[in-house]
Amino acid sequence: MAHMNLWEQLIYYYAHNGSYVLAQFNRHFLISVYGVILAAIVGIPIGIFIAHHTKLNGIVIGIANVIQTIPSLAMLSIIMIGLGLGVNTVIVTVFLYSLLPIIKNTDTGMRNVDPALLDAGTGMGMTRIQLLRLVEIPLSLSVIMAGLRNALVLAIGITAIGTFVGAGGLGDIIIRGTNATNGTAIILAGALPTALMAIILDAVLGWIEKKVDPTA
Amino acid sequence: MFLSMEHLNKTYPGGKVAVEDFNLEVEKGEFVCFIGTSGSGKTTTMRMINRMLQQTSGTIKINGKDISQMDPVKLRRKIGYVIQNIGLMPHMTIRQNITLVPKLLKWPQDKMNERAKRMIKLVDLPEEFLDRYPSELSGGQQQRIGVVRALAADQDIILMDEPYGALDPITRESLQDLIKDLQERLGKTIIFVTHDMDEALTLATKIVVMDSGKIMQVATPDEILRHPANEFVENLIGKDRLIQARPSITTVGQVMLKNVAAITPDKLLKEALKMMHDRRVDSLLVTDDGGTLKGYIDIEDIDYNFKTATSVGDVMHEDVFYVKSDSLVRDTVERILKRGFKNIPVVDNDHKLVGIVTRAALVDIVYDALWGDEDKKDDSEDTKTSAAAADQGGDAK
Repeated sequence: MAHMNLWEQLIYYYAHNGSYVLAQFNRHFLISVYGVILAAIVGIPIGIFIAHHTKLNGIVIGIANVIQTIPSLAMLSIIMIGLGLGVNTVIVTVFLYSLLPIIKNTDTGMRNVDPALLDAGTGMGMTRIQLLRLVEIPLSLSVIMAGLRNALVLAIGITAIGTFVGAGGLGDIIIRGTNATNGTAIILAGALPTALMAIILDAVLGWIEKKVDPTA
Repeated sequence: MFLSMEHLNKTYPGGKVAVEDFNLEVEKGEFVCFIGTSGSGKTTTMRMINRMLQQTSGTIKINGKDISQMDPVKLRRKIGYVIQNIGLMPHMTIRQNITLVPKLLKWPQDKMNERAKRMIKLVDLPEEFLDRYPSELSGGQQQRIGVVRALAADQDIILMDEPYGALDPITRESLQDLIKDLQERLGKTIIFVTHDMDEALTLATKIVVMDSGKIMQVATPDEILRHPANEFVENLIGKDRLIQARPSITTVGQVMLKNVAAITPDKLLKEALKMMHDRRVDSLLVTDDGGTLKGYIDIEDIDYNFKTATSVGDVMHEDVFYVKSDSLVRDTVERILKRGFKNIPVVDNDHKLVGIVTRAALVDIVYDALWGDEDKKDDSEDTKTSAAAADQGGDAK
């Protein structure tokens, strides 16, 4: 392999380990998405709740902020103490990191809804639930989507270091490359799809975000 | 009583009194304007009607039912609500916006479609607009939709909180015409909050003037212009408006001639004839000793009956047409002109003769109403004197 240049090596690697890379790509993607979906299930209701109860706002955002400041490798290790090696540890880590952008954006989105619309809605006889379903959520959806987008991009990065707790994913390929002599091509073989995944997802979610923006 | 508010009080936490002992009765089909400076409690009062705010004490009844016993959500669906910021849902089409309350009431889809079409016709907008979004409409068009949205579910009461405050004067005027027309045509009861006196005077059938949570005056626009209850109301109306309003609030008593040729029924026809001759008039009003108007007698009556009758009472006409001295000239001028009388006696509330209005005096009033604004004050003084001279001449004829 030494007689090939970097690009040739990279193509050679993909040609011979294509299905392995694809499997890891898939795994990587799913770990990130599961973590974010879990965070959305928990974070969006929390965001809605604190938008209506402004007193709790500072505390909840504060806690989410603290979680965010813990270095991801440290977090991964701490969670590992509880959950042991494996995929679950990474999913929980992704979940914790995704909370802040999701909660924060939901809160901001909900509170940016024009108070006049809430007044009009209530005055016309909407119940709390109808107001939420027909006015608040549709109008804050694009901001909530922006939060999910942030969270997902973040999640892909965190999943990459999940390899240290044996979760697999594209991080596995990168680590393999760093351990090998002259492993530059292998590092790229793992890093490029990771980056690509982040960029594509960001673009797709960005497109959806625009789609659901009511003012556009 | 359709809507009644009794002893309403609203105190905000912290002790700020927003509304104090507010009492108001509203009949079905009335157009009530709440007017006052900001912080006068007019919006607070209005918002208590659909329970957007809860009063500290007092009761509000609609059709005799205490609204605090009603489900606020159901109550609000029966009361139209229009706000200053229009409040159309930007993510819904005009059709969805108009049929928002019907949708909450779970009307069938075809009924909602039919209603949306009828509503948009009501405000003279094309049907294509139904499938557009609010951002594609101008501010005035948006508020038109805002108004019909409050009518779409057959609400009987419409609350409007400074709905035209953010619109330019021309758009505002056309929307004022629209709401006045709709209100009269559909017989809706409207509670309209505004700080614009012109708006209140144009629209209202009843104006409620408020200051620091208290009612200053409740009256019709005419009444407010004629008798502002206190200095606050006067200032709110403004001196200019009070002067401008004068032609339309002039009473008959102010334009009548007080020097009337009158005679009592027991007098002889001879005496009546002499009096006509002395005063150079062709008719006399007949009053009793107390001055109460009984009828009239003119020269022809005397001429025909001079031989057969002796006293004025025998020949006088009792079907005399008269006007009250405190009635508005504006309301009476047309009647007077149509009847074609040369002059009309004016009586007070006890039916006592106090004066006479001549056609010449009416000419003066019509003239003032048409050109009064353009003329300099001196000019109009001049016309008044010459008109007065003409009056005398008319009398003597």
